[in-house]
Amino acid sequence: MSSNHISGAEIVIRCLHEEKVKFVFGYPGGAVLNIYDAVFQQNKFKHVLVRHEQAAIHAADAYSRSTGKVGVALVTSGPGATNAVTGIATAYMDSIPMVIISGQVPTYAIGQDAFQECDTVGITRPCVKHNFLVKDIKDIASTIKKAFYVASSGRPGPVLVDIPKDITAEKYEFNYPKSVHLRSYNPIIKGHSGQIKKALSLLLNAKRPMIYSGGGVVLGDAASQLTKFVRAIGSPITSTLMGLGGFPASDKQFLGMLGMHGTYEANMAMQECDVLLAVGARFDDRVIGNPEHFLSKPKTIIHIDIDPSSISKRVKIDIPIVGDVISVLTELNDLLTKEKTKQNPSLKHWFKDIDQWRSMNCLSFKNDKKLIKPQFVIQTLHKVTKGDAFITSDVGQHQMWAAQYYPFEKPRRWINSGGLGTMGVGLPYAMGAQLAFPDAKVACVTGEASIQMCIQELSTCKQFHLPIKIINLNNRYMGMVRQWQEFFYGNRYAESYMEALPDFVKLAESYGHVGMKIEKPSDVEPALKEAFSNKLKERLVFMDFITDQKENVFPMVPNGKGLSEMITAEDL
Amino acid sequence: MRHIISLLMENESGALSRVSGLFSARGYNIESLTVAPTEDATLSRMTIVTSGSDEIIEQIIKQLNKLIDVVKVLDLNDGRFIERELMIVKVKANAQYRDEMKRMCDIFRGRIIDVSDSSFTIEITGSSSKLDAYIESIDKAAILETVRTGASGIGRGDRILKV
Repeated sequence: MSSNHISGAEIVIRCLHEEKVKFVFGYPGGAVLNIYDAVFQQNKFKHVLVRHEQAAIHAADAYSRSTGKVGVALVTSGPGATNAVTGIATAYMDSIPMVIISGQVPTYAIGQDAFQECDTVGITRPCVKHNFLVKDIKDIASTIKKAFYVASSGRPGPVLVDIPKDITAEKYEFNYPKSVHLRSYNPIIKGHSGQIKKALSLLLNAKRPMIYSGGGVVLGDAASQLTKFVRAIGSPITSTLMGLGGFPASDKQFLGMLGMHGTYEANMAMQECDVLLAVGARFDDRVIGNPEHFLSKPKTIIHIDIDPSSISKRVKIDIPIVGDVISVLTELNDLLTKEKTKQNPSLKHWFKDIDQWRSMNCLSFKNDKKLIKPQFVIQTLHKVTKGDAFITSDVGQHQMWAAQYYPFEKPRRWINSGGLGTMGVGLPYAMGAQLAFPDAKVACVTGEASIQMCIQELSTCKQFHLPIKIINLNNRYMGMVRQWQEFFYGNRYAESYMEALPDFVKLAESYGHVGMKIEKPSDVEPALKEAFSNKLKERLVFMDFITDQKENVFPMVPNGKGLSEMITAEDL
Repeated sequence: MRHIISLLMENESGALSRVSGLFSARGYNIESLTVAPTEDATLSRMTIVTSGSDEIIEQIIKQLNKLIDVVKVLDLNDGRFIERELMIVKVKANAQYRDEMKRMCDIFRGRIIDVSDSSFTIEITGSSSKLDAYIESIDKAAILETVRTGASGIGRGDRILKV
């Protein structure tokens, strides 16, 4: 053995150094002890010890969502890996680039039902972009290189690398490949120029053009190109839940979010447009509702997406453009500049229709003197943070209110689980974002049901001094479940009532944080101001807002209905 | 409509389960699936017989292409192709069936590859529908056992699936 041989565990660490990883989120265990020993002996990245592996993946995921870099997590075999699965599936559904390193039992024990053994590669296969089982120390470096490349290129996604324990103890030379080529994997970056020209001419000649942007714009760092393009052609634009921040919400061309809880104007414009440009969005069921109803009004659909399988999956596309959104939008912008095209004269009439829909004021709500309205809390949060915070959310009513009442001006500021809809992500998401941006304001908008799914992370927040502000919209119900039960199940609130809630103030205090209970509308703003004040700048503040139990999210497109078949607050 | 999809993929452990897992996860039909290494030992060639509307077949091709281990995918039905399947059938060949089984084997251009006092083992190749036709044509009561490989396919003439 030559002197430049190092252990497999050290090779893993050196690979992470080569990838300039700043944070590794993880939890130790038997199969990764060699790797942890190597973690202990380095200081180039910080290891963030979570309290449950699920949170490690979520935190790494949010680190990626907020920075655009690859998130990295490290878990042990068996239960470490199975606990990670929810986090991996969450990241997969939202196309988040991540590398997860999992320990495995020694190669000679694989298949013997060894202690803490599970078929990690088999279990995670349907929820990763790709995964690897490393069987030879010689392959560790090249596999990790491939993992980072696959995770971050094309349509991004999580990649898992499973490494048996014996391999991390063996020794071999470290040689990190400079580049990587996979003959079976060549993502298309540049869109077809002919299609791009055709798309532009369609949009410029449309009577009622509409743009619908999704998470792909945020992930592809194409927000400024999109904004430039949309402003140049002057058409209205809406965004999916995942795309919020991809176009400034305060712009008058922006119609708000579309979909099941989208604005009246966004959903109507989607339905009534004659040419639709979809950018990095995937026409999913929560966004366009019933596809047949959606197409019942004839429209020409242009779709820009890096993933060919997203095109014509739920809705037949007339002009597909496969490519990286930033590259295609740049080409569109270049064409516009070159041709010095005039704005479409039909837009005036089109915006007249839109203004009429806007005048419905579909997001208006009545404030109450006694009961705190959850929408009011979010509006006040926006006011107090001057719209410049990172907002993470859990899943449910509070998530929709955050999306509706906190207008996002910049991409990567709104961090939530869109595709999988994973309750419990909010707090670990806030951890990932706060670690990435230690000086930024980070608020986790949650509910009393969701927050309890990863509440143990309050301990991690204490250890790493994360001054997250938790906005707990506490309505003593699993609000979204209750809303569906009210609308569609004859008010039979089966198991949606949260009994035996903890005293969140005492709970927060027991972890060493600041707790506040807010019960009156007049206390909402002072409480938020105090939480974000310099006095509490270094502290995690858990704000337990006791809100109106019966508040519902409007507008709502019932499941399976068309976008224009919304229920609004006034209908009830 | 029935489609035969041919693909080349990295000859690595787990690659087969990525393909079969994709079909079950997305609810696509698999009529048959065969796989074996090619002359280049790093590559496996797989033939999948599936069915579905044009939209579904388009999605299947796209989803297969998306798998990192898959190098190339070809829908053989997009052009002219040849399809072959091998079936081995063990049939009764006692006094009652012996002549009949020999005759049917000849008609379908099969070969008897094993003989005992009471049975013939017959090998037949052809398109899957030819093999179906053979089964339809003989007395069900005479069939002792059947085994089929599933279809393999290859493009005609200049249609070549190669890396």
